[in-house]
Amino acid sequence: MSILSPAIVESLPYLLSGVFTTLGLVILALGLGLVMGIPMALIQVYGPAPLQYCVRTYIWIFRGLPILVLLFLFYFGIFPLLAPDIAAFWIAAVVLGFRTAAYQSEIFRGAILSISEGQMLAARSLGMSRFYAIRTVILPQALRRALPGWTNEYPILLTDSSVCYAIGVAELLTRGNQIVARIGDPMTVYVIVAILFILLNYGGQWIFGRIENRYKIPGYGHGDA
Amino acid sequence: MVMHKMTDGEIILRVEDIHKCYGETEVLKGVSFDVRRGETKVFIGPSGTGKSTLLRCINQLTIPDSGSIWLNDEEVTHAGPLINHFRQKIGMVFQNFNLFDHLTAIGNVEIALIRVKGMSKADARKKALEELGQVGLLDKANAYPAELSGGQAQRLSIARALAMDPEVILFDEPTSSLDPELTREVLEVMKRLARAGMTMLVVTHEMGFALSVANEILFMEHGKIVEKGSPSEIQTSPTFARTRMFLGTFQDD
Amino acid sequence: MIDLQFDFAILLPPLYQGALMTFALILVSAPFGFLNGIGIALGRTYGNWLVSRLCHGYVLFFKGCPLLLLLFIIYFGLPSLGITFTAFTSAVIGFILCNGAYNSEYIRGGIQSVSSGQMTAALSLGMSRVQAIRSIILPQALRKSLPGLSNEFIYLIKYSSLAYMITVVEITGAGNIIAAKYFAFFEIFILIGIFYLALVTVAGRVIASIEKKIAIPGFGGV
Repeated sequence: MSILSPAIVESLPYLLSGVFTTLGLVILALGLGLVMGIPMALIQVYGPAPLQYCVRTYIWIFRGLPILVLLFLFYFGIFPLLAPDIAAFWIAAVVLGFRTAAYQSEIFRGAILSISEGQMLAARSLGMSRFYAIRTVILPQALRRALPGWTNEYPILLTDSSVCYAIGVAELLTRGNQIVARIGDPMTVYVIVAILFILLNYGGQWIFGRIENRYKIPGYGHGDA
Repeated sequence: MVMHKMTDGEIILRVEDIHKCYGETEVLKGVSFDVRRGETKVFIGPSGTGKSTLLRCINQLTIPDSGSIWLNDEEVTHAGPLINHFRQKIGMVFQNFNLFDHLTAIGNVEIALIRVKGMSKADARKKALEELGQVGLLDKANAYPAELSGGQAQRLSIARALAMDPEVILFDEPTSSLDPELTREVLEVMKRLARAGMTMLVVTHEMGFALSVANEILFMEHGKIVEKGSPSEIQTSPTFARTRMFLGTFQDD
Repeated sequence: MIDLQFDFAILLPPLYQGALMTFALILVSAPFGFLNGIGIALGRTYGNWLVSRLCHGYVLFFKGCPLLLLLFIIYFGLPSLGITFTAFTSAVIGFILCNGAYNSEYIRGGIQSVSSGQMTAALSLGMSRVQAIRSIILPQALRKSLPGLSNEFIYLIKYSSLAYMITVVEITGAGNIIAAKYFAFFEIFILIGIFYLALVTVAGRVIASIEKKIAIPGFGGV
């Protein structure tokens, strides 16, 4: 192993642009997970029994399967039947999103259940409908409470996104491997990739920590004024 | 008037000029006393005067800044790794029991016998059952600490200390977290121990216990032993005004 | 569209071999991952300044670095430094390192949640610190961390599939190979999926029954 060789320095821009692919996957998946996770959580708490059952089955499947199997299933099995021309990147984003949706819905469900019943009673006593009470009283509190758990999905998605290498998405690890194939020196390249992942990981967590702090309500948890 | 047991046994524990500071606060400002075999000494005084710290210094759970402790003419302070040998001989009973929550009652008594004394499991079991019998907990042998009342828990922790055959037992406010009903059953056990000749140092606010069981009552204030004497001296002699005033505040309760 | 007639008899032997490999990966990695977790947690909690920092760094690194990258480093990277492991060994090493880092977080939490009075009481009976940690603190800490450790075990089952990426033909790999051969990805990955769901569900049940069996009154965490 050597100090950065010219060949590696030349490859750095290509590797670094993998950061955008990786972050793109993570952000799309987080968003998709959020959009799916909240309704799924609401169904689990307030929905009719058959729908609850469907959501629970969905969660069971997407939490029970390895990310690699999900990627293979969707990339080789499902998408060729549905939309043969779609790029691996989008398939990967969908799979990561579907999976984190299952975890996120559990996080939101826990947060909703942690809101005291008195909140709903108080809202109804003011003449709010059930739906309106959920939207304006329960959810705003629950989402705040879910924030720490929700941001924890970020490091999980970030590390899992590297598995998208298996279906050829040009994220960080894939690009690293391509560089290794071209110029050799695997250890140096992998160490650089590892450093990038670790920076993204803890850098991202730091940013999420700042966001959590900003949305903290003083004295929150003892009822909302 | 209650009879006090004789205490002309030899001196087994010497505490010499113990000092202890926590940051700026000097908690112990030079405490000295001797303990004779079979004696019960009771430490009383306002909260925060260093009584508990003193007990913890004796078995070195708290390391004093200066001064020395001697058990049978062997120095306990500065014992290094040998301290574990001394701690076996100095039992301790805590205010909040500190029972081992993952072990049954009998497991709590056995564990140090097996791990520290190296007893066989069968011998340890036999010994543990004896000690549980001593404190009236045979029927709770297989219960976990969470399933015991406070009084039972404290009796169990006394059995745990007794099982090591200590030369002296330190009681650190053993009834302070118990309600009066449960306090009584623990004090009963302690009284029986005292009569049976166990050497005991007791920090407590139970004045009835102090007056009826102690050979000597030591009144501590601001990190010092201010007055000391036998219960009868304290109740009658004019020199114990400070102690009597303190006792009075408790007896009025 | 899929119009292949399926002869499951042809598929079963390779899938069976793959399943055995998956079991081997999990069963070899899990106990060492557990011990690794205990070691790191103890080092972080009771080690001196240096040991504690090193253990903390270990956790930060192995939680921050993707497992797949770790496997690549061990299997493809280390040989360039003259250190060579078989694919199976590389996978197991990677799983142990990673699983241990996550386990240690739960165990450390467990240790910290044991009240300090437990150590005090153990010392007062004449136990050494090491004895106290071994027979008093750790048994309680491990009980308290059991739910987290179980979770990590389930993760280990699922992430064992990554071994295929470094040529260990476990069940996902075996499935992928025959799926490519017969061009029947959908069917075979459904089959593989059922395998994992069954495995994870059964493991979850078994763990729950073990937890119930060794539950102790007063340990709410369990």
